[in-house]
Amino acid sequence: MILDGKCPTGPIQQSWDKHCFDLKLVNPANKRKYNIIMVGTGLAGGAAAASLGELGYNVMAFCYQDSPRRAHSIAAQGGINAAKAYPNDGDSIYRLFYDTIKGGDFRAREADVWRLAQVSNNIIDQCVAQGVPFARDYAGYLDNRSFGGAQVSRTFYARGQTGQQLLLGAYSALSRQIKAGTVKMYNRREMLDLVVVDGVARGITVRNLVTGEIECYAADAVCLATGGYVNVFYLSTNAMGCSVTAQWVAHKKGAYFANPCYTQIHPTCIPQAGDYQSKLTLMSESLRNDGRCWVPKKKEDCGKHPSEIAEEDRDYYLERKYPSFGNLAPRDIASRAAKEQCDDSRGVGPGGRGVYLDFSSAINRVGESTIKERYGNLFEMYEKITDENAYKRPMRMYPAPHYSMGGLWVDYNLMSNIPGLFVLGEANFSVHGANRLGASALMQGLADGYFVIPYTIGGYLAGVKPSGTSTDAAEFKKSMEDVNANANKLLNVNGKKTVTEFMRELGGLMWENCGMARSDASLKENLKKIPALREEFWQNVKVTGTGAEFNQQLENAGRTADFLEFAELMCRDALHREESCGGHFRVEHQYDDGEAKRNDADFCYAGAWEFKGLNNEPELHKEPLKFENVHLAVRSYK
Amino acid sequence: MSDHKTMTINLVVWRQKNANDPGKYENYTVNGITEHHSFLEMMDVLNEDLIKTGKDPVAFDHDCREGICGMCSQVVNGMPHGGQDRTTVCQLHMRKFHDGDTIYIDPWRAKAFPIVKDLVVDREALDTIIQAGGYTSCHTGGVPDGNAILIAKPVADEAMDAAECIGCGACVAGCPNSAAMLFTGAKVSQLAVLPQGKTEAKQRVKSMVNAMKECGFGNCTNHYECQVSCPKGINVKFIARMNREYLKAQF
Repeated sequence: MILDGKCPTGPIQQSWDKHCFDLKLVNPANKRKYNIIMVGTGLAGGAAAASLGELGYNVMAFCYQDSPRRAHSIAAQGGINAAKAYPNDGDSIYRLFYDTIKGGDFRAREADVWRLAQVSNNIIDQCVAQGVPFARDYAGYLDNRSFGGAQVSRTFYARGQTGQQLLLGAYSALSRQIKAGTVKMYNRREMLDLVVVDGVARGITVRNLVTGEIECYAADAVCLATGGYVNVFYLSTNAMGCSVTAQWVAHKKGAYFANPCYTQIHPTCIPQAGDYQSKLTLMSESLRNDGRCWVPKKKEDCGKHPSEIAEEDRDYYLERKYPSFGNLAPRDIASRAAKEQCDDSRGVGPGGRGVYLDFSSAINRVGESTIKERYGNLFEMYEKITDENAYKRPMRMYPAPHYSMGGLWVDYNLMSNIPGLFVLGEANFSVHGANRLGASALMQGLADGYFVIPYTIGGYLAGVKPSGTSTDAAEFKKSMEDVNANANKLLNVNGKKTVTEFMRELGGLMWENCGMARSDASLKENLKKIPALREEFWQNVKVTGTGAEFNQQLENAGRTADFLEFAELMCRDALHREESCGGHFRVEHQYDDGEAKRNDADFCYAGAWEFKGLNNEPELHKEPLKFENVHLAVRSYK
Repeated sequence: MSDHKTMTINLVVWRQKNANDPGKYENYTVNGITEHHSFLEMMDVLNEDLIKTGKDPVAFDHDCREGICGMCSQVVNGMPHGGQDRTTVCQLHMRKFHDGDTIYIDPWRAKAFPIVKDLVVDREALDTIIQAGGYTSCHTGGVPDGNAILIAKPVADEAMDAAECIGCGACVAGCPNSAAMLFTGAKVSQLAVLPQGKTEAKQRVKSMVNAMKECGFGNCTNHYECQVSCPKGINVKFIARMNREYLKAQF
């Protein structure tokens, strides 16, 4: 089937304004008759719940953490992009749009990206009004810094904790609505099923993580803002609780999953120290404003202390390969370049899996105190984890899974192919194409939450009658039974291996065979090994305790079971996409210099998969991508 | 990776099935810990051992494991988060301990934080305080340009110093009175110093202080344990500012 994203036509500059006008409205007195479920309270979900509650809808918001303030958006460090052009350096909405399309390697929809660039400026204003303490200069104006994939300074920041400050802004707006009674907050609830009645999304089934009770909630629309799925690699920069579960259960109920193979491997993370490790820690891309990436030119120098390696024996490989963007090359390119150096046996640190990120020239230029002011908390974090002082010795970095550009398929209104099911933020596939630029995730989350969904959901609700919150329909009962049965099944296997052991094994397979470089052979290997691992899981997993209590093992077991199913789809998507683009690098498709070779003739589309049962092949639906404003071209940062 | 010496650690961990259970300490030993293990990774090792022997693993809150989400919450040897300067327990590393050490691990203990299980507590009271007024009442949309409000750098910096709070509740756990004054003071101060927050400053401080009392938190008697416990180094001067704001709000 050919999918239609229902994008507005006509000049792109007017597309969003025209669309807003064309959308039907729900009159203010009628809004309170509609109920909306919001799953996830990060930047997208928190901002959306607050904004929809303020408009007058009844919102029920859910999060698995003990408070909506803890969603993983909080961990974003570096900043948020906007096309304010405050520095007078040639930025514009058009340039942000252009950079994002190009950065995504021409695999995103133009109309969605235009809208994102257009509303980016409103986000900054909104956050300032909330009291987000963005960095200011001495005259009192907002300060900017640079991020990868752009030649202008458009990134707003709050020290190294921009995500935290933006999330706390959204959380404060949400708190205000909770107090006002327009949003009812459900903490420590994990969504385990989507309830579809007569083809329309009508509710969710959740597990109360404190009591273990299975609960159902009904509404007129369900919004998923549940983040991404890169914990499929086990070791990633995501929080421990991040999972594919909400997306996956929606997929199994009919929602198409688009471009699952587009995953972002972030170039600057602290290298893994041992097998026991539970997660990887990212060091903000903003560090590449002042840090220079290098490895020794000679293999025999790799074991030396970096200060013993002479300047002429260092290979500043990003500056060498990409002179016009240098250390601010986009993430996919910087990650691959780091891997290339390490594969060439010139990596540093344990196992040769690391490159240096060196601040010495910046410290000589502007002084240690300025560097401390810019990145102090990041240097501190680095020291806590590695016991090394990065003011004296370059940081060691290695790429790590960080973000998923793929996600549930949505149309221009952020609605999935299931009427009434909306998907926001990282959980959808819409704006980043095959690679996301730095400081754009925060922008997308807040754009979707504050400025897109409040308009587009009205367009949908205006066309349906309010249906109340009763969960009497047979579909709700069935959903509760299924969720209970799945939990009991997990608890009754009583095997010998722990959930973590399975997850670590799956993560290993995904990183080796579907990570930074993928091949026909490696993907086919995974398509054999993953189903086998899944079978072993259901024969041999050990989950202690019962379902009727606070049981973190059971939570993890459920998430792992879903990852074991999802991983197969991700590999299948990677196998079908016979090209290299953005974060998806197929070794068969590269230029002589190792750059990614896109295939626009055959793959200029979003690939959205329809679930057909666990042991059946999913069906691929295509949404062709048209580029009318930014012309398809080989992406170059040289 | 494998050339590190390993440690054996003895643990005395608070176990409590649920809020109604009296709870007690249990002794455990974990082996094979390296200096690179984070504290929570050491706990993971313990839990894997417990699961394999069919025992109930220790429940503890954690999520981002990079010191920013505020979920992790353990009192280690009597100090919330273990007492290392500006460090959450997820960022505490085992290189701070020695082979053969005995470590005591407790949950946050405060009347306003009922225990859910083992080391997991219910911190919804902190949300209640924010809901009472920890915001500016701006609407989505219809706000002025970000640069229309000039904010001097020192003011923005001071607001940011207060805004760094991660809401973990260590200040409450560290305080002999179980006060949430540092938590509340940080939010009150952030919004009181910024021009955007001044309009509602009086009402805000009154509502938030009232909510704090109603939730069952104690009062400040200047022990400064909160500041020592705070993994973000929030300064007690923000409590002083809250008190000033509170007094100003009476007139």
